[in-house]
Amino acid sequence: MTTRLIYFAWVRERIGMPEEDVDLPAGIETVADLLRWLKSRGEGYEHALQYPDVIRVAINQEHVEHREKIAGAREIALFPPMTGG
Amino acid sequence: MTGGIIPVVRIQRQDFDVAAEIARLTQGRADIGAVVSFSGLCRDEQGALSALELEHYPGMAEAEIARIAAEAVERWPLQGLTAIHRHGKIAPGESIVLVVAASAHRHAAFEAANFLMDYLKSRAPFWKKEHRADGSEGGWVEAKEADATAAQRWKASE
Repeated sequence: MTTRLIYFAWVRERIGMPEEDVDLPAGIETVADLLRWLKSRGEGYEHALQYPDVIRVAINQEHVEHREKIAGAREIALFPPMTGG
Repeated sequence: MTGGIIPVVRIQRQDFDVAAEIARLTQGRADIGAVVSFSGLCRDEQGALSALELEHYPGMAEAEIARIAAEAVERWPLQGLTAIHRHGKIAPGESIVLVVAASAHRHAAFEAANFLMDYLKSRAPFWKKEHRADGSEGGWVEAKEADATAAQRWKASE
């Protein structure tokens, strides 16, 4: 199943694209698994996800914790802590 | 509880008119005794900044602020609630965000506006990038621990 990944702010700049569609390999069950897998995909990803603990994640436009399961996610967004307001 | 009010949530590039937004909540009503509005403006940081660029997550920005606003409506007896957040390039002195809360008595309006701002700062998907006045590359504004702590305190009081 194809999942859309969306990146914002410095995560987007470091990875070098605003979004992409990926086929997740077997064994990627949680957000933490996803971050670990993405980090190994190249220099930009490595730079963006160097400190995975600071990365905030939303599945289908709702905030989730890193232990959350990603089965059935259409859209997963990765971004730094928010600075609006 | 008055219940049933539907908060107004808008994410927009253009500026807003604070007086018009207050009037939208109060016009034609005689039961509102208190209106609290909070405006967040872009600072120039002692001349160092020429603008802030606000990036947002379209769709989720509206949804998340609507979720926060719905929680405020649950917690306080409000008669009106508006939250407007701008995106794009914003110059020093211009507005970034507006929250307006209306209630019969002042405490509910004060607290709801405060709550909405605390949550909005740590949960609404917006990111600020600095444009520096000297033309050098600006960085992304870092999230403040104090903002996360401010949001936490509403949980502690539950």
